[in-house]
Order: sequence, then C-alpha cells, then structure tokens
Amino acid sequence: MPEARIILGHGSGGKLSHELIESLFLPLFLNPILQTGDDSAVFPLRDSGKFPGGQRADEQRIAFTTDSYVVKPLFWPGGDIGKLAVCGTVNDLAMVGATPLYLSAAFVIGEGLPISTLRRIVTSMKRAAREAGVKIVTGDTKVVEKGSADGLFINTAGVGLLAGGVNISGSNARPGDMVIISGTVGDHGIAVLSAREGLTFRNNFKSDVAPLNHLVAAMLKTSHKIHVLRDPTRGGLATTLNEIARQSGVGIRIIEEKIPVREEVVAVCEILGYDPLHVANEGKVVACVAPEDAEKLIAVMRGSPYGSEATIIGEVLAEPKTRVMLKTRVGGTRIIDMLAGEMLPRIC
Amino acid sequence: MRFIDEFRNAAAGQSLVSRIQKKKTPAVNLMEVCGTHTVAIFKHGIRQLLPETVNLISGPGCPVCVTPNADIDKAIALAQNAGIILVTFGDMIKVPGSYSSLNQVKAAGADIRVVYSVLDALRMAEDNPRKSVVFFGVGFETTAPTTASAILEAERRGIDNFFLLSVHKVMPPAMKLLIDADEVHIDGFICPGHVSTIIGSVPYEFIPRQYGIPCVITGFEPLDILQGIDMLLEQVAGGAPRVSIQYRRVVRPEGNPVALKYLATVFEVADARWRGIGNIPGSGLKLGQKYRRFDAEHAFNIVTRPAREAKGCRCGDVLRGVCLPAECHLFGKTCTPEHPTGPCMVSTEGTCSAWYLYREKE
Amino acid sequence: MCLAVPVKVLAINGVEASVELGGVVRSASLMLVPDTKVGDYILLHAGFAIQKLDEEEAGETIRLLNELAKEA
Repeated sequence: MPEARIILGHGSGGKLSHELIESLFLPLFLNPILQTGDDSAVFPLRDSGKFPGGQRADEQRIAFTTDSYVVKPLFWPGGDIGKLAVCGTVNDLAMVGATPLYLSAAFVIGEGLPISTLRRIVTSMKRAAREAGVKIVTGDTKVVEKGSADGLFINTAGVGLLAGGVNISGSNARPGDMVIISGTVGDHGIAVLSAREGLTFRNNFKSDVAPLNHLVAAMLKTSHKIHVLRDPTRGGLATTLNEIARQSGVGIRIIEEKIPVREEVVAVCEILGYDPLHVANEGKVVACVAPEDAEKLIAVMRGSPYGSEATIIGEVLAEPKTRVMLKTRVGGTRIIDMLAGEMLPRIC
Repeated sequence: MRFIDEFRNAAAGQSLVSRIQKKKTPAVNLMEVCGTHTVAIFKHGIRQLLPETVNLISGPGCPVCVTPNADIDKAIALAQNAGIILVTFGDMIKVPGSYSSLNQVKAAGADIRVVYSVLDALRMAEDNPRKSVVFFGVGFETTAPTTASAILEAERRGIDNFFLLSVHKVMPPAMKLLIDADEVHIDGFICPGHVSTIIGSVPYEFIPRQYGIPCVITGFEPLDILQGIDMLLEQVAGGAPRVSIQYRRVVRPEGNPVALKYLATVFEVADARWRGIGNIPGSGLKLGQKYRRFDAEHAFNIVTRPAREAKGCRCGDVLRGVCLPAECHLFGKTCTPEHPTGPCMVSTEGTCSAWYLYREKE
Repeated sequence: MCLAVPVKVLAINGVEASVELGGVVRSASLMLVPDTKVGDYILLHAGFAIQKLDEEEAGETIRLLNELAKEA
C-alpha cells in the first residue's frame, strides 16, 4: 500500500484540511483551548498558581515572541524540526525571564511529505511542550507545491508572563559581572551538520535541543542579580557575546580553557575548519550575573538536568567597549567577532 | 585528542615564550609563508607573546588570495553554462572576480556546489552522467596530489564527464621571487608544514645555500609555531643557516614519494600568474599531455570579459609582505569580510581577514 | 596552507579507510599513503590521507615539550 502523503488539498481549508487537523494535530496537541476550534485562542492572563504575590491584571507584563524554523534536514541526532520549534520559542520567552504559557504552531508543508513524517514531528512537539509545561493552543496548516518548502517549515509564536521586578535584558550587563555558560558549546550545529554530511559518531553524541524554562526559573529563584540571559543560537557563543557587548556598551573577556566543548565538536571543527564559538546551540544559556551570586548560581544550575556542566567562562569589563576578547590557552589574546556569512568547509 | 592536545599545553607554551624572550634577538623579520600559519598565529594570539624585535610577516601562501581575477572569471563563466556543474572548495565561493563571485552567480541560478573533498566532485560526475562536472582545483602541493588522485581514478573508472580547471600552484618558486625582489628583508622563513609533508625539505635547500637565509618547517599547533620560531631564532643567532624540520612527526626530508609520483604523472609544471605578483615561472600545475582530455580549458570554450582589478585594492602588496592590511586605504572601511573588495579579506586565511577578525587591538 | 588533522585508522576496505578523531568517524582515501595499516595515525586533508604520522618522532617532540613544561 503506498505511503500516505500530504497533498495540496490538505492545505486548502476544506474537508481534507479538517481531516488532517482532527486526525493528526488535535489528538496530539490535546487541550481545551485548542479544541474550541475558533479562529483565535482565548485565555485569561493569569494561569492559576503560576504567580504567587498577585499582581493586578493591568500591571501584568506579557512576553511575546515568534520564530520560524526552516532547518534541513528535518531529523538529526537528538532532535527534529518540531522539537526545535517548541524549544526555541519557549527559550526566547525564558531568556527575558518570562514563564512560557502558550504557543501557536503554523505549518507550511511541502506537497509529498509523508504523513508519517509529519506525525513523528508533531509527536515530538507534543513531548517538548509537555516537558516545558506549555500548551499549543492555536495553529495553521498550508501546503505548497513540491520543492517550495524543503519538506516542512514551522513557525511558532509564544506568550508568557513576567513576574514583577524581573528586568533581564541584553543591555543590562555591568562591568564586574561574571559570564556563565550552562554547558558545552557547538553540540547542536555539529549534530545537524553530521546528519547532512554523513559524519558518524562512536559515542552517543547528539544535539542539545532542550526547553530551558525550568532551569531559568531555578536560576531566577536563586538570584535577583541576573542581568542578562541569552541563548546562543545561530552564530554561536561568539555572536551572542558580541550582541551583549554592543547592547550594553561593555567589553567581555572569556578564557579559552574554561569554555566547555565536547571532543566530538572540537574534532569536527578541526576537520572542516570551523570555530566552535560560531557553531549554533539550542539548549544552552549564557548569563551575566553579579559576581557575588555567581557561585551559588553555578551550584543551582549544576543540579538541573540541562545545566550539569555550568561554568564561569569570563567576565564583563568596562573596556574595550563593545569588544569580546579571548585569552588563549598559550596566554595570548585575540578578538572574537560575530559570525560573518555562513560556515563552509575549508581546505585552508 | 591524541597528537593534537599535547601540542596545546599551556605550560610548555609559557616555557617556549620565556626561551624566546630571553634570546634578546636583534630586530628580525620572519616570514610565515603559509596562510594557515597566518591564521594560527592570530588564533592563538602568538604575536603579542613575542619580543618587540621579532616581526612576523605574512607571505603569499594563501592559494585563494593569489588566484588572479581572470581565473575566477573563468570558473564563473563555466558555472554559467547550463550543462556544467561547477564544484569548488568552500574557500573560493565568496572571492570576488572582476565582475562577480561564485556565490553571487550561484544565487542567480548557476549550479555551483561546495565540497570538502575532490572525491565528492568525482561522485557528482558519476551521479550526473548528462552533465559535465568541472572541479575548480585550488591549492598548493598539499592539495594538488588529491586532485591528481581523482584524475587517475576518473581514468581508471572511465568517467568521461569529469573535468578540472586547475589553478594549483607550487610554493618554492614564489619564495625565491620574494627573496630576489628584496622589497622586504627576510631573516628567516617559517616554512609551510603541510606542503612539506608532500615535498619534503629538499626543495627549500636553495634558500640557505644561495641566500644564507635559515628555514624551519613548522607545524600548526601553538607549540609547533612557538618551537619553530625558537629554532629559527637559534639559527639566526648561530649563523649557519640550513633547512630544519620542527614538524618531524609528519615531515620527512623525502616528503611523500607516492604523492610526488602522482603529481609528476598527472601534472606538468607551467608558468602561472599570482595575484599581486605577476607571472612566476614554473610555479603552476597544469594537466600534462596524457590527461589533457580532463582539462576544462581544452574541453570548453571559456569566454570572459577582460579581467580587471578593483580600484585601490592592495592585496598584491599585502601578499608580498610590503604593506600591512591597516595600511590599505580600503581596509575596514569599504573592504570588510561582509563586503570584501579583494581576496585577502574574503579568504578565511587571507591576511586582511585574519587582521580584521582577530585583531588584538583597535 | 592547509587544514590537516591527525586521525586514527579504524578499518580499511581496499583503498578507503574509516578514520576517527575525537569520537567522530569519517572516511578517507588511502591512495596517497597506500601502506597504511589499521591502528596507524594518518594526516587527513580534504578527504585523503596525505602522510603517516611517525609516532616515534611525535613522542620525541612531546617529550621535549613536556620537559619545557616542567621548567615553567
């Protein structure tokens, strides 16, 4: 029997679309808000129990974010586009200190995608959402001609609530802050690359895609002196640190020996000529925190599943403003810049 | 990782730095010929660990940087042929030619593919029998033998739709030209470690013998470079110049005879134009008579407009060690990695790119 | 020029080898170093082994560097 595939009709809004929603999306993203089936999801601002110390509704700040996911291939060691679509948006909310609550999910599907593949991806989204504690409450499906969408594109938007007094921003880094990373860098980019380039690993190497909101919540409970939180996604740690340095008008110095990198990431970078500092991460957080709270934050992070290798990698300085410096293993210093263009394999 | 980590040991590095500092060397210019050395030196911040008197100059050993516009124009012309798949290493894709770059032409619809190995290009030829696959062969003696192997494989397997546009070059003639030109006084050469795994140490012997300039064949890890500089400074002080090998774990005096045999079988030495330097006799590799049928320049009628250099671009001067990147008026202003004017800024191991990306101070 | 890394040969099939660095496994052509054996370390460049690593020489250099490290 031929494999069932997505056809243009599934995106046209008629019977086939409804069948797809009812047989695939609804059962997996099961929740009362979604099941209402209206044009928009409707929900109260406060989700009971999430905000002790009651704020008035008119003081409540909302965090709102969106991202589109166009990664190819759709599956790689440790993840897939669906898991990424949920975690990426959850993490963007977490990075401003918000508690993520609700997500939308819009799918642009290339004609011909096997429905079993779609089901696998949506199941992965359901699992990720459950782990993060968020609900997917509204969505959309479109189907485009073969070749237009590389198989599948997903957009997710997310809404979260901020507790009073939380003020975390890339522009808040202060000279003297310690720079902390929650774990090893470059895992995600290398995992995706390996799926593309046919690299294999001897051990269980995989992408770090993960929802970080619980880790961040634990950090926020421990310290009120967290000035910056950022997840170093595309462009890697180097790009993120440069963004912070620019936004805050400070300098940052990190120490090569302190940056945690897995052996497999170093190896692939050596072979293909990449810099681990420019490789994407999808399950890591960089934090700039007041020095007096650094140690206790590290302790709390290390007790969390996604922070077990948390470490201090450097500090924020007053000068040179907007520059990120690296102290190398042999004692030299160099500047680290943002990633310019894309990474391509080199021979030189 | 074995045979890598041991050469990154911080304590040993500090010791080597002390040794070098203690030497009280008078002002000397050491030329690191190879672009990969340029990048490694920046990456590990080695320049500032050296005494003020030791000046490291970058040479023309960046095969991407020394490819003239005319050659890039040829690759672009081939790529724009609908029946051709142009295959290249990632290093070349952003380099500007006279009017465009492979990247831009790719965005406009040309079938251009980036590979890590020439064998991937050979596979593409087998997988696309109705197209012609042209491999843009860039690189020095480290890479040329891999291209030679691919040609021999193509012959063995009867692959008749695989072609080569060769801009491969060899190093020693360029080193000789730089010494003869005497625009910059070179007191010692840090010789390219990986080129030397193929050619060995003998091809450099004319340098100490004829010119009295010491040479040390050096590896690429930070300790290799520091040890290589230490050995070179010893020679400079000692006054008995010769070619010595720091990178002993992979460089033998005789090089790699199998690779050299393949080079000799497939290629013949020819004159070649180097950007910014001009023609260097005997510095290029073109396919020999027996393998001419694989030569893209013979198989296809390549039509290009007259080549032209970008105004104000001083890549040539930078490549000869005559000008520092910061001394070029375009550097950092109109010429940046995002918007490069010349190849020195584009190539990942171009001197200007290294200066721009890794600059230690403003 | 150029990017080349020392990798360990895990298996050989004709002129192709399976090589490993830091837990990453890739294939490499042995056309340029045909007398390679399983267990050898070779220098990998653009998908080819370009030279066999001389472990004795490597050991010598490492020993020298370790001596220097003690002086520091």
